[in-house]
Amino acid sequence: MSPEMLQLIANSTLDTLVMVGLSGLLGTLFGLPLGIFLATSRANELFAAPAANRILGLIVNATRSTPFIILVVAIVPLTRLLVGTSIGTRAAVVPLTIAAIPFIARVVEAAIREVDQGLVEAARAFGASPLQIVRKVLLPEALPALTLALTLTLVSLLGYSAMVGAVGGGGLGDLGIRYGYQRFMPEVMAAVVIVLIVLVQGVQTLGEMIARRLDKRSRKA
Amino acid sequence: MQTRPLIAFADVGKVYPSRDRAAEVVALSDVNLEVPEGAIVGVIGKSGAGKSTLIRMVNGLERPSSGRVVVDGTDVTALDERGLRQARRSIGMIFQHFNLLSSRTAFENIALPLEIAGLDRAALAKRVEPLLAMVGLSDKRDRYPAELSGGQKQRVGIARALATKPRVLLSDEATSALDPETTDQILALLKTINAELKLTILFITHEMMVVKKLADRVAVLEGGRIVEQGTTYEIFAHPRHETTQRFIGAITGAQVPEWLAAKLRPQRQASDSAVLRVGFVGGDADQPVLSRLSRNLGIDVNILHGQVETIAGRPFGSLFISVSADADLRRIMEQLTAGQNTVEHLGYVA
Repeated sequence: MSPEMLQLIANSTLDTLVMVGLSGLLGTLFGLPLGIFLATSRANELFAAPAANRILGLIVNATRSTPFIILVVAIVPLTRLLVGTSIGTRAAVVPLTIAAIPFIARVVEAAIREVDQGLVEAARAFGASPLQIVRKVLLPEALPALTLALTLTLVSLLGYSAMVGAVGGGGLGDLGIRYGYQRFMPEVMAAVVIVLIVLVQGVQTLGEMIARRLDKRSRKA
Repeated sequence: MQTRPLIAFADVGKVYPSRDRAAEVVALSDVNLEVPEGAIVGVIGKSGAGKSTLIRMVNGLERPSSGRVVVDGTDVTALDERGLRQARRSIGMIFQHFNLLSSRTAFENIALPLEIAGLDRAALAKRVEPLLAMVGLSDKRDRYPAELSGGQKQRVGIARALATKPRVLLSDEATSALDPETTDQILALLKTINAELKLTILFITHEMMVVKKLADRVAVLEGGRIVEQGTTYEIFAHPRHETTQRFIGAITGAQVPEWLAAKLRPQRQASDSAVLRVGFVGGDADQPVLSRLSRNLGIDVNILHGQVETIAGRPFGSLFISVSADADLRRIMEQLTAGQNTVEHLGYVA
């Protein structure tokens, strides 16, 4: 493979990491509070607001059931409005973030719902406010599960990020399609696939390692 | 010691509403209960009797549908959420499943209520260390709950409940998940805390043994109503309600043992012996009643089964004896009834 080609792969890898990192970060910024709200706002829960819970749940489901490739095209006007263009790496962050938010919200909701309700009751009995319960009980207790949830999100975003290549999004997916597929360069396609496999493995291994270190439940007496 | 009630339930009822009126659940009705300052009061009942609902009304985790619950002069049923949060800081609570945060060490778990109350780090350590020492866990300071035994976890739970220096401790089946030996240790610790810190304790349980070992007073809950209440001794000595009798019978041997029940018959046959149950409900358990009976009436007394316990510092128990049916049963029973004993003629055995 030529040095130019290697440089191209390196650049695309960096683009992919930027896209995934940025959309993961922004997605968490919005998805985490949304997930916490979904997990605590049914009737008789901490922030009981059953109507809002149901409406947000519907929106989350609707977004999640839209195929990603269609979402990318459908929100082009929004993307243009936010970043001024609908092609390139920067533009790809918008649909990736929009897809990440409901995904993260649901995995966060699941992680928080796993926390033993007895702990919430105990905290209430000590005079904790709902916000204190979230900060001091729900989030710390759910942290190992949240770490795994975020890992899952990043892996999914890596897959999604390859798709935005199809609409001029840049990154490894874009490289694979333009060079590997359209220019018949199987070695580029192979390189792209290998880099993606390594990235997914890396993220997954790191995520599991951090989650294990955070989890104090399985320590032996 | 028992000056005024620190906790008072007045005509408390709780109905869990349902769209279908027939499906409404009445959890509590007409509950009147007073917990004197400094006392240990137990509420016993089977699961579903309403115990959990009752104890959770003291710190407002449950709101009554009717009636009032007054704690330390404050009507907690009238407080809003903010007021309740403040009130809860003077009411500690321990739980059946401990409810410790798995992500926090023993020290950090005990510190939680103090963090919630807004104490700074220095003040926090100054308060937590003595609590760890009091429950005998100073060496487990930095251990996580997963590294502690059940008894140790409950000790952390107790220390945590005492962190904000409450006046009341609520115990929700605190020993139900522990083995008998650990249960005794935890009950002893609660007694010590009650005596040394003058802490008022209200606990719920389904085990009469716990009532016997811990409570000064007891209320028996059945189907959401208090069917009987009094001092622990009174309740054990003169249980009036059937539910109470069943709870007590299970631990004091007042129930006819199975092997004996199988052999008992109501009508006398040939050379049968009469079976009597003697209940020691006064101060007479240390009196030589049987040898006196044997000497005075010149009869042989055969002990079939018996159990005598100390409850609230006084003897209490049942003895099943058989005597020759030819003897004068009326006189025997008269002799045995002396003092505060009760005697019952159960039937005959071969």
